Amino acid sequence: MTMKAAGSPPEGAADDKPVPEAETEDWVWALSVEGTQREHAAARLHEMLLRAARAETRRRSGQLRISGPELDDLAHQAAADAVVAIIAKIGEFRGESRFTTWAYKFVIFEVSAKIGRHFWRRPRVPMEAADWERLPDRFGLDPARESEWRDLARALRQAVEEDLTEHQRRVFTAIVLDAVPLDALVIELGSSRNAIYKTMFDARRKLRARLVANGYLPENPVRRS
Amino acid sequence: MNSWSELDRFLQTDPRDEGCATAMELLHIYAELATADSSAAERRYPEVAAHLRSCGPCAEDLEGLLAAIRADLAES
Repeated sequence: MTMKAAGSPPEGAADDKPVPEAETEDWVWALSVEGTQREHAAARLHEMLLRAARAETRRRSGQLRISGPELDDLAHQAAADAVVAIIAKIGEFRGESRFTTWAYKFVIFEVSAKIGRHFWRRPRVPMEAADWERLPDRFGLDPARESEWRDLARALRQAVEEDLTEHQRRVFTAIVLDAVPLDALVIELGSSRNAIYKTMFDARRKLRARLVANGYLPENPVRRS
Repeated sequence: MNSWSELDRFLQTDPRDEGCATAMELLHIYAELATADSSAAERRYPEVAAHLRSCGPCAEDLEGLLAAIRADLAES
């Protein structure tokens, strides 16, 4: 495990805010040793992560449609799984941030993954049901101004059907038309967030290129801020 | 703004965007920098910043992580 000397901020850390080394080193040491020290540290870590998990599930409760004991149970599961993952990976911590920030990242990821799993507990239409009628609602296309976007929507549908691979089309349909959250699709397809995102990234690039080539979209978009 | 600008924004891709794996790997460092100065984080990690503008789940995780850091700082 690589730790920087006390007082020197690790590479990547905020230049004017050195990471508090002593507290971080205490955590890393206590979680790395065998026996009672680690048990005490793991208990403290669980308490800290449970607080964070509860705050995060409350913040995201609108995506879950659950509350009370069920929401708290999700927070408990996320905190417990995060503690196990952190202890398993403690040797990979490189001191590039406070230990607590690194640890919070694990519990935030656990909450996301559990919310993704929870999505499938709700009754839904089958994923294959590509309903293009949902497109205007998805992208704020005003029905009163349909004459402005009708041809573009038709061209997009054609590009999805003709230019995308079967896998890209499946992912595009699920995320865009069926409004399946990306993390939920990860569970359904047994994939990873990175792989699904990359599939959508390639699909978006391909679709825009086709729409630009056919004059439906400008070649040089206004860059997002 | 035209009636299809949201669709156009969705289809735009940024070549600097390195994907979820890079963003998730660096998120704790990025979040700590962003807590002090969000533009400094964007300058230091443009590939992460580009990704966070397009990836809802990673942006949501960043929001959660920032909230946890702020709560932690408020307690200490």
